[in-house]
Amino acid sequence: MMDHAPALMIVVPVFASLVLTLIGPLGQRAAYGLLILSIAGSLAAALVTLVQVVQTGQAVYYRMGDWMPPMGIELVIDHLSAGVLVLICACALLTAIYSMHTARQDNPDRLNHYYALFALLVAGLLGMTATGDVFNLYVLLEISALSSYGLLARGKGKAYYATFRYLIMGTIGASFYLLGVGYIYIMTGSLNMADLSEILRRPELEESVSVRIGFTLIILGVWIKMALFPLHAWLPNAYSRAGTTTACLIAPLMTKVSVYVMLRIMFTVFCVDYIFQQIAWSRLVIYLASAAAVLGMITALSQRDLRKMLTYIIVAEIGYLTGGAWLANTAGYTGAVYHILADGLMTLCLFMAVGAVIYRTGQSTAAAMQGLFQRMPVTAGVLLVAAASVVGVPPTCGFFSKWYLLQGAVKAGEWVFAAALIIAGLVAAILFFRLLERAFFGRLADAVTEKKSKKPHGTARKIRIQEAPLTMLLPLVFTGAALFGLGIYTNEVVQYLIRWSVPAGI
Amino acid sequence: MFSAAFYQTAPVMALCASLGAVPLIALSRRHPNLREFWTFAAAGLKFSMVLLLAGWVLAGNVVEVTLIQVLPELAIRFKVDAFGIVFALVSSFLWIVAAAYTIGYMRGLSEHAQTRFFICFALALCAAIGVAFSGNLLTLYLFYEMLSLSTYPLVAHHQDKEGRGGARKYLTFLLGGSVGLVLPAMIILFTLGGNLAFADNIHTGIIPAGTGDTLVTCLFFAFLFGFAKNGVMPMHAWLPGAMVAPTPVSALLHAVAVVKVGVFCTTRVMLYVFGINVMEALNLGIMAAYIVSFTIVTASIIAMTRDNLKSRLAYSTISQLSYIILGVALLTPAAVQGGIIHIVNHAFAKITLFFCAGAIYVATRRKKISEMGGLGRVMPFTFGAFALASLSMIGAPPVGGFITKWYLLKGALDAGQAAIILVLVASTMLNIVYFAPVTFQAFFGRVPDGETRDTGIREAPLIMVVPIMAAAVLSLLTGIFPGVMMQFVRMVIP
Repeated sequence: MMDHAPALMIVVPVFASLVLTLIGPLGQRAAYGLLILSIAGSLAAALVTLVQVVQTGQAVYYRMGDWMPPMGIELVIDHLSAGVLVLICACALLTAIYSMHTARQDNPDRLNHYYALFALLVAGLLGMTATGDVFNLYVLLEISALSSYGLLARGKGKAYYATFRYLIMGTIGASFYLLGVGYIYIMTGSLNMADLSEILRRPELEESVSVRIGFTLIILGVWIKMALFPLHAWLPNAYSRAGTTTACLIAPLMTKVSVYVMLRIMFTVFCVDYIFQQIAWSRLVIYLASAAAVLGMITALSQRDLRKMLTYIIVAEIGYLTGGAWLANTAGYTGAVYHILADGLMTLCLFMAVGAVIYRTGQSTAAAMQGLFQRMPVTAGVLLVAAASVVGVPPTCGFFSKWYLLQGAVKAGEWVFAAALIIAGLVAAILFFRLLERAFFGRLADAVTEKKSKKPHGTARKIRIQEAPLTMLLPLVFTGAALFGLGIYTNEVVQYLIRWSVPAGI
Repeated sequence: MFSAAFYQTAPVMALCASLGAVPLIALSRRHPNLREFWTFAAAGLKFSMVLLLAGWVLAGNVVEVTLIQVLPELAIRFKVDAFGIVFALVSSFLWIVAAAYTIGYMRGLSEHAQTRFFICFALALCAAIGVAFSGNLLTLYLFYEMLSLSTYPLVAHHQDKEGRGGARKYLTFLLGGSVGLVLPAMIILFTLGGNLAFADNIHTGIIPAGTGDTLVTCLFFAFLFGFAKNGVMPMHAWLPGAMVAPTPVSALLHAVAVVKVGVFCTTRVMLYVFGINVMEALNLGIMAAYIVSFTIVTASIIAMTRDNLKSRLAYSTISQLSYIILGVALLTPAAVQGGIIHIVNHAFAKITLFFCAGAIYVATRRKKISEMGGLGRVMPFTFGAFALASLSMIGAPPVGGFITKWYLLKGALDAGQAAIILVLVASTMLNIVYFAPVTFQAFFGRVPDGETRDTGIREAPLIMVVPIMAAAVLSLLTGIFPGVMMQFVRMVIP
């Protein structure tokens, strides 16, 4: 059983999604239970694998159907993927618990089908992370993408239109990726990542234009998928119109897993020398990343809709991650990997908090924040923690990712990126300050009349506390606490996971 | 008296005393008396811990504790030395005094959201003690930010337009300075040497040898202006704005905790990160001295023009804070001693002044100095304390401020800086000009037109007057017995 954990982790949600399509007649409660059960199973498997990887200090290899690589499909769970897998399962489980009320609200008729897509998406993301095969990765990428189109299109208003746009962009991205894999396959005759990395080190291939084109296509495809500026235009529309549950599931995970894929391609399939000596785009990519960070945050600042605001923050965070990965030093790489985990939790926390506000107020503009500290004190408190993390206030995890990223930027002498990180942080501070200020002040007491009446300040206006239901509140509070937890245990995360995955040569 | 192991936990207990009070205060929000008891209990526990540590440090020990190893290379770390103890003693003691006063003030005006107020108060004190005990820059930064955030609800307490404006400015300057300047400077420093722990003495610092002069200078000014709580111009603008807060907040936080944290961080970094040797070699001290001299004189001039009492006190604070930095920047032993001891002297005097302003407001609802003519005759205790604290600000014997002026002047003479002596003399004159009239008018001035003698104004309630008198008397005692605190200061620099 334990040996099969890597496979079970992916297979369980796949089967759950099949079963979920059939159990419509059993009612919504059964669907909810089954979803949680299956994802909890995945989480357990992911944790078992993580412990195994940390204890042995070696990657876990699992051969599907006992076919030997490079012919068969191989799952490779090393220090990098083990962390990301746990992140995916944890985020998905929290969202699943959170979804009890919101998913029902958004899908009154066919909840079981909705949950089937949910489980399928999780399976796809887990597969993308665990696989050691570049073509298999494409298949799983499409599985997760297709299920995400389905989920996103269930949203409100112009969700169909936005999702269609995403579908076009997503398909272009996936096609680029596939085309690139084709080039690489022609040149090497292999699809297995470990195998590829050995073959690609041959001098004649390092010089080869075809390999270079292959790499370019793959990276472009991945960039579209992760919405790197200026390829990000599809993301804000698609995500901000989605239902609350969908947004909580997709927003933190899809882009983060795409960044993980970028790291895999860069450092596992290709190698450090190839990326930074042969390709040598890092300057340009870092400028793009800086632009993404600053422009993303500034655009977020100009949004009135809460969820749209958050989606532009994702665009900015993708800039942080990309920049960190392309800095070509240990601190930058550590920052990027740590930020995958940190930003996953941060985004989840923000979307959950905003989702709770929308659930209670029915509004999604900034006006919904009015007096939040009185009406929903717990939600407002968690939102404050998440905001502190995005801005980078210690000891939340956001501070430590910024710490590593800035350190990497300084070491690499990339002052533009360092400045972009600082500026983005300050803009984020303004953005959240405006929201939380509204939440704190509520409706402003009229200072003039108050002075005239000589009444004591702000005599109690009775406001009823109206928190979201417990199934929403508990995951929210847990995520908020996790932001602190991850921050405080940064040392352990870096020591036991990230340090092991730092690629040789940087 | 206690084992060494006890002293290892004492700093943590001092920190947790106020942190642990937070849930207790929150839970007893329906029972105001119980709630206030927790504040006192925490304040008492905290002060006794600091007191015990002070004795231990005086015996020549340094307590070092690693709280959490957050990064492989860096930890959240405490280090209790004489310099930290000076600040910890002042802030933890004044919390007790201020707590009593605050209760009188908040109940006297039946303010809203008192529970939130006391929670944030406790958090702010927790952060202040954290800063005092920090063993490296990262820990210092962590508690510095915690203080900024936890005091925001206090500044914005009234929740009206004025409060919003003041609080906005407050956070803009503090976060802008810390995220925009201190954080990058800290990371660059870490990249240079891989070390952020404060040095064990004030001479060597931790700047690795061979670092470019320009870079060191840039870092120095990033820290000087980045710790915006220190009120050095042009980063001072938040301070007058933050005076919209209830007076106990202004008193404890903006005369003692917040601004002193700013100054403490600045001087800590100057002495223990850069070190006297580096500052001397690159003339950083003298540059900083002239920058803060400008602040001293300009702030005093602005203070003269203010009619609102709290606003005048705010500008006086800006000016006085720069004395501390000036002393340290002069780098001669006497000047550094004068600078550090002014942390104590200014704290006692300024808290008295703000307490008086609050007591006047509670008793009369008056904020402007021009409306206070003749008030001294009906509120003799309050204005008596005010007069005493004013003397300390001016630097007249036998009040604490005199000690500061003495050491600063001696230090400036040693450094051979005639211009700085001129600044000190000029600022003393200016202090007289803007403090003396307040007391004079109160006792000898005419009652404003249209008011009869007998308006039924009386002293503020006893729970406010007693802390005022206590703070004033302490201010006097620091002048008569300067040795008590000076022994710690002499441990920093003999």
